[in-house]
Amino acid sequence: MLTFARWKYFVILLVLVVSVIYALPNAYPQDPSVQISAARSDGLQVNASLAKKVESLLSQAKIPSKSIKVEDQGNLLVRLGDTDQQTRAADLLRPQLGNDYVVALSLAPTAPAWLEFLRAKPMPRGLDLQGGVHFVMQVDQASAIDKRLDAYVEDVRSTLRDNRVPYTSVVRRGNEALVATLGVGADTANAQSKLRIAFPTLTQTLQDQTLTLEVPQTELQRISLEAIEQNLNTLRNRINAFGVAEPVIQRQGTDRIVIQLPGLQDTVEAKRQIGATATLEFRAVIGNEATADAAVRDRSVPPDARVYYTATKQPLLLSKRLLVSGEQLVNAQPMTDPQDGRQGVSITLNSVGGQRMLDHTLENVGKRLGIVYVEQTPITTMVDGKEVQTIRTDERVINSATIQGVFGKNFQTTGLSAEESKALASQLKSGALAAPMIFVEERVVGPSLGAENVKRGTMAVAYSFIFALSFFLIYYRMFGLITCMALVLNLLMVVALMSIVGATMSLPGFAGLALSVGMSVDANVLINERIREELRAGIPPQTAIATGYDKASGTIFDSNMTALLAGVALYAFGTGPLQGFAITMIVGILTSVFTAVTVSRGIATLIYGGNRRKLKSIAI
Amino acid sequence: MKIFPLTLLPNDANINFMKMRWLSIAVAAIIMFVAIGAMATRGFNFALDFTGGNLVEVHLDKAASLDTIRDKLAADGYDSAQVQTYGSGNELLVRLQPREGDDSSAATAHAAQAVMKAVTASGNTGKILRNEFVGPQVGKELALNGLYALIFVVVGFLIYIAFRFEWKFAVAAIITTLHDVIVVAGWFAISGHEFDLTVLAGILSVMGYSINDTIVVFDRVRENFRSMRADPEVILNKSINQTLSRTVITSFVAFLTVVALYIYGGGSLRGMAESQMLGIIIGTVSSIFVACPLLTLGFLKVTKQDLLPKAKDDAALARRP
Repeated sequence: MLTFARWKYFVILLVLVVSVIYALPNAYPQDPSVQISAARSDGLQVNASLAKKVESLLSQAKIPSKSIKVEDQGNLLVRLGDTDQQTRAADLLRPQLGNDYVVALSLAPTAPAWLEFLRAKPMPRGLDLQGGVHFVMQVDQASAIDKRLDAYVEDVRSTLRDNRVPYTSVVRRGNEALVATLGVGADTANAQSKLRIAFPTLTQTLQDQTLTLEVPQTELQRISLEAIEQNLNTLRNRINAFGVAEPVIQRQGTDRIVIQLPGLQDTVEAKRQIGATATLEFRAVIGNEATADAAVRDRSVPPDARVYYTATKQPLLLSKRLLVSGEQLVNAQPMTDPQDGRQGVSITLNSVGGQRMLDHTLENVGKRLGIVYVEQTPITTMVDGKEVQTIRTDERVINSATIQGVFGKNFQTTGLSAEESKALASQLKSGALAAPMIFVEERVVGPSLGAENVKRGTMAVAYSFIFALSFFLIYYRMFGLITCMALVLNLLMVVALMSIVGATMSLPGFAGLALSVGMSVDANVLINERIREELRAGIPPQTAIATGYDKASGTIFDSNMTALLAGVALYAFGTGPLQGFAITMIVGILTSVFTAVTVSRGIATLIYGGNRRKLKSIAI
Repeated sequence: MKIFPLTLLPNDANINFMKMRWLSIAVAAIIMFVAIGAMATRGFNFALDFTGGNLVEVHLDKAASLDTIRDKLAADGYDSAQVQTYGSGNELLVRLQPREGDDSSAATAHAAQAVMKAVTASGNTGKILRNEFVGPQVGKELALNGLYALIFVVVGFLIYIAFRFEWKFAVAAIITTLHDVIVVAGWFAISGHEFDLTVLAGILSVMGYSINDTIVVFDRVRENFRSMRADPEVILNKSINQTLSRTVITSFVAFLTVVALYIYGGGSLRGMAESQMLGIIIGTVSSIFVACPLLTLGFLKVTKQDLLPKAKDDAALARRP
């Protein structure tokens, strides 16, 4: 019999309300805006006086702004009327604010606060729909090779030392070889065999007491290939940390990496996270503050030491010998020292780093260990009218504590602000960059093109809807109307679900939406045709409706399950645009089963159900 | 009672599809082999997504019509140039596939010339900001993943349909689906239309549509096998005829929605819409002319025993009113 449980109506109503609420933010346009934030966490503050300065700069240039406001995250957000004003404002502000601030284009939501309170957010849009950040970065492979060869030198020394082979020096000869001069009477055979085990890829030649380890060309190629792979992985981890849906991180050519971050609002943070290459270096402290002051004053820095400065500009002498570097880091986590409540980072090293740390601390309890924070920031300067990319390296001693006891792989470092330790931990954890990178290109993909694509996509979906709806209304009359309601709810649900999960909408996504209309059509046609069939067989209308829905449900389930399988495969094995398309397809299939089977039945029961036994005909 | 007289197809359609099964299977096979032949001999006109190409960035003195520039480039031998605006609209990003015979450095030089020519011809002056050769964005990884996806789908279909229906139905459904995918892909090889990532997505979605269509017909076959006492061929014929109006209407409306995509979706969705339009037609036709006839041939020949006395099916049937 044609009945429908009351609680199911309640569920449908709930789904309808939730769908409307979570689909709604997509209807609000986003303001083109310019976002200004401090270039460094310990740099100048973003505050009301900066807002005043920006306001006067903009009014001087006659660029009207909708609002200029400092946001909770410490960013200054300038909302502008259109994308043209946005570009002009950014171009104006960038040179005026200088290197202390980062000026970025972004899109600011305009949805009312109550929607934000319900965590209703619009779907992030792909690069093709809203534009987005597009970076090209060049990997400095020479420096990767340098770094690796320096590490080799250090490793050769420690191998010789560990095996008690006396040596006078181990030096690098360009990028081709390492030359070890062994001590008089050293056991050369032993040294050779030990080094062969430690460095199987290097070819050895012995002449008197001089052992030359040649680095083959293939090894150098491998190092640069590994460097770019490691950088790619590091970037992936860092980008995953800010939760961008469908980022594109690809190698281009032999030394470039392309990054596209669609739908990213906070471009400032992105650039900082990607661009900054922070790492830690552990070096032994030589002398103390007083000897360092004296050495700087007399210009008598010992040959094995270098002058570093602390955050308070206090000089300190640190050994040139790098004890442990960022590469040996396995894990890093922000923590609060339980004893004094200071912020810090808890660090885990790999076995090589741990061993070195153990060796060092064994011999140097009571001496001081300096931790150097190294940050490399890419900067652009104009030389002779040309842009020149350089890397500014900031090194500062963040900690120079006395070694209290022997430690190895696990230890803590304190002396950072809460924010710094969080940022440092996340950067360390995501892996060090094998080689520094510079931005060779930084772009915001044109929002005008995106707007045009949105317009086209919306139009395509709208027309596919209109086509389907008008056909149903004519062909199935009342049941066509029911189908139309189910289809509209279906679209609402797809949009709401995609907004809730934060799936990125792209141009192929629109196609997926249109296709999900087609899928939903299929379920509804199956039902309507079944009902007609039952009617033709002479079944009374109410029973025909009920039987039609029941019989069609099984078919709908089977046919949609298989289509779903195809969607899942597309998602699992696809990339970028394929995944965007697959997501809409999957969501569309799931919602269309619900709307076609449950919702349309509910509506049909409302119209034809109940105690209307005398129902003679139905409009189908 | 009276039923609304508007119907696309007569309600009592009784076309003897099984009678022409040899013909329909032969035609389907020929089309498929033509498609395979075209793919093998002509290959695809892969887009920049797959091949790589030149990226030329121009700064224009004033905003220009993208279509004019596209036309000029086409006239110069760059048929599939992608022209986009960047930033303020005075900056163009042009992506070109290298012309035949160009190596990367020649391609770079030619691309710059062609773009400057196109810009100047459209009454504008421009300055090349950047011109570089890009490697393919999609490498072997994606090709391999596509293969995995295909295997995943085929195995998934096999298991699901074999479980819900019967292994013969599973095999017939998969042959039909693969046939459809091959034919649509073959069309892109024959027509030489550009094959990009969205076309790939479109073709893979054809799989979903095709299997969907086939399952609906098979579902009715299964139902009729249980309720009718007749030869398999009669049952198959009856099933196709019963679902015919549904099949035609669904395909008609689905086709309409994709046509909207083709007309209004703009250039970048055209390839996808094209593959889907074709896929809907092929998928519909094959569910009638390929899937069911396969069930009468050789080792795929279904009998009443295949579907009747099975405990699990009875249980499943019992759950359905």
